[in-house]
Amino acid sequence: MNHSWLERNSILLLIGIICVIAVGGAVEIAPLFWVGGTVEKVSGMRPYTPLELEGRNIYVREGCYVCHSQQIRTLRDEVERYGHYSLAAESMYDHPFQWGSERTGPDLARVGGKYSDQWHKGHLIDPRSVVPESIMPPYKFLFSTPLDYRDVQALLKTNREVGVPYTDEQIAHAKEDLVAQADPNGDGVDAFEKRYAKAQSRNFDGNGAEVTEGAALIAYLQMLGTLIDFKAYHADAPENRR
Amino acid sequence: MQITQAQTAQSPWRFDHYFVPLVIFLGLLAAIVEAARSPDPRMIMQAWTFGACMAAFGAWYMKTYVGRTPADEKNFYADAVIKAGVIASTFWGVAGMLVGVIIALQLCFPHFLYFPDLPWTNFGRMRPLHTSAVVFAFGGNVLITTSFYAVQRTSRARLFGGSLPWFVMWGYNIFIVMAGTGYLEGISQSREYAEPEWYADIWLTLVWVCYLLTFLGTLWKRKEPHIYVANWFYLAFIVTIAVLHIVNNLAMPVSFLETKSYSLFSGVQDALTQWWYGHNAVGFFLTAGFLGIVYYFIPKQAERPVYSYRLSIIHFWSLIFIYIWAGPHHLLYTALPEWAQTLGMTFSVILWMPSWGGMINGLMTLSGAWDKLRTDPVLRMLVVSVAFYGMATFEGPVMSVKAVNALSHYTNWTIGHVHSGALGWVGYISFGALYCLVPWLWKKKLYSNALVEWHFWISTIGIVLYITSMWVAGIMQGLMWRAYNEFGFLEYAFSEVVLAMHPYYIIRAIGGLLYLTGTLIMAFNLWKTATSGQPAAAAQPVLAAEAA
Repeated sequence: MNHSWLERNSILLLIGIICVIAVGGAVEIAPLFWVGGTVEKVSGMRPYTPLELEGRNIYVREGCYVCHSQQIRTLRDEVERYGHYSLAAESMYDHPFQWGSERTGPDLARVGGKYSDQWHKGHLIDPRSVVPESIMPPYKFLFSTPLDYRDVQALLKTNREVGVPYTDEQIAHAKEDLVAQADPNGDGVDAFEKRYAKAQSRNFDGNGAEVTEGAALIAYLQMLGTLIDFKAYHADAPENRR
Repeated sequence: MQITQAQTAQSPWRFDHYFVPLVIFLGLLAAIVEAARSPDPRMIMQAWTFGACMAAFGAWYMKTYVGRTPADEKNFYADAVIKAGVIASTFWGVAGMLVGVIIALQLCFPHFLYFPDLPWTNFGRMRPLHTSAVVFAFGGNVLITTSFYAVQRTSRARLFGGSLPWFVMWGYNIFIVMAGTGYLEGISQSREYAEPEWYADIWLTLVWVCYLLTFLGTLWKRKEPHIYVANWFYLAFIVTIAVLHIVNNLAMPVSFLETKSYSLFSGVQDALTQWWYGHNAVGFFLTAGFLGIVYYFIPKQAERPVYSYRLSIIHFWSLIFIYIWAGPHHLLYTALPEWAQTLGMTFSVILWMPSWGGMINGLMTLSGAWDKLRTDPVLRMLVVSVAFYGMATFEGPVMSVKAVNALSHYTNWTIGHVHSGALGWVGYISFGALYCLVPWLWKKKLYSNALVEWHFWISTIGIVLYITSMWVAGIMQGLMWRAYNEFGFLEYAFSEVVLAMHPYYIIRAIGGLLYLTGTLIMAFNLWKTATSGQPAAAAQPVLAAEAA
């Protein structure tokens, strides 16, 4: 073909470019939405509780993903250091994903339950008080800033619009559930725990007066990687081989 | 389709005279509504910022266009907007690199520049500020500026759209201000290199469509039968970035009065969409666009034609076809399906070839003019940038091989790789273009060639310190993470690896500081050229290299 056709007509050139760049995306990305087995079937995954979701928003806001990955690769040393390699199903409710690209700090995909709430609080306020080698910035302000959760219902609703299976009941009780998870002595705890399996409700930051941003962030960190029941997951089963 | 110069100039009705004021008016209105009604303090701050930007733009527009025709419209080429772009590029270059040095120092001295009660000083918010400021503010302004210059000269036509190019210039820089202030306030989608939230993304989409229109419109007015090769690259850059930007930023805002939105995609699909975007931001923003600079500025400064027309065609089409596939190499050994990983790795290795096609075409353009490298430091900067391009595009395919990536991923090797491309390739080609443009536009001789030499050598030492320290640090990090002791346990705690990084972080910061110093020398040199340089003796060189 004579290239001067394209060189003489800007619209043909434009169309040519669009066609050429469309191929790769169409072949590589589009199938992920319909090829079966891209996301494994697992037991235990549930949407984030309102408090965890607020904590996740803070994680996103502060740019934690810049230094911490949430994706354990299928390599021996990573599995021994951080735990079972990450499954696609574990981030299926993550809008957007938080896999990260760099480990200035350690991976956090399974940090849930590894340290106490008190450790997290001390670490966030002054990282070097618990890890002398750390180069993490301090997040003291999180514990003096009350969590603004006026719009928590809208947060859940928006997540449902993009595909997270929140029930009507979960959306209707979003505010009570948020308060209940942060206050283990309140009235709504039983109802909350029924709505969210394996959810942990307690006073995450030791502040009885109000729910702080720090409490929400700790609630999120403490559930990371804890939901899937790995006893029921068989990596070698044919449906899990990808 | 061919609109002639005379028709546009004499036409009593011009769409830009209505379109630009309308956008300013609607922008101000949106800012006022958001500021008055939003329950979200961050949105209110953004609304005030946007409102102030629109007011400044509006005041400038009234002063320049209402009831008068600016002097620049009487010239054949629209150069005033390009002068503004040169100034913006230089400013953002210095600002972005300064933030880079600050965050590099934060990693060296964790007590330094950290204020526990000032969230905006933290690395997590400053790092997107650095990446966006250097990639989009500095690089983006350089691309818009050089493309406006090159498309006019190679088409022998004035920029299309009257004041529309000015809207592109103002609008793009307003986007930068919104993005940058937003990061510091804690507004982020957490999508790397696409952090701005939904409202800024919509604004950028509008600006970008106008950019495409300006560029295409100028091509439609061209008096040359052929579209010059530099413009293929610029066009591919503009169109593909539009596609990438729109798809990657698809998101549902929580409310139109709040900053927060949630991505339409989740998990593994979201990850591949993001890295399809992320890698092609490199491929089309930082590569295709800057290859446009190579194909215009190097032939012109060397006064030699482009080495091979055929190679231009082959490497253009293969580059844009293959680049798009390379995204999955950011996700090797993750939960992304194996077939996608393998496909991404394969195409990343193939990508080496078209990349080097571009390098060869750029370097060989010097055939018969190699002696100029000794005497012309500006040309040397342009040519060394192509050499760095060759180096980075060899390293990239190596790192995307799974066995190598197992070691390199998540380490500072990646940071080193990115910066050999960013500092060596993108930085140097931009500096070279700015050193060309200021004398051409202000019609002065360059103030000091000696200062260009200083810039070149100081920043080259900076680059060498930067990338060698990050190579060593990255490989060390990867090896320490996977080291086992004689009992079969992991040898090092994560914190021990952090400690071992300390000296390399310091070397890197010194490298960055040297590079910033070079850029400051350039800013001074350009300033002196524009304000007190000698008038140029001869007219600017004519373009020696029209694609046949």
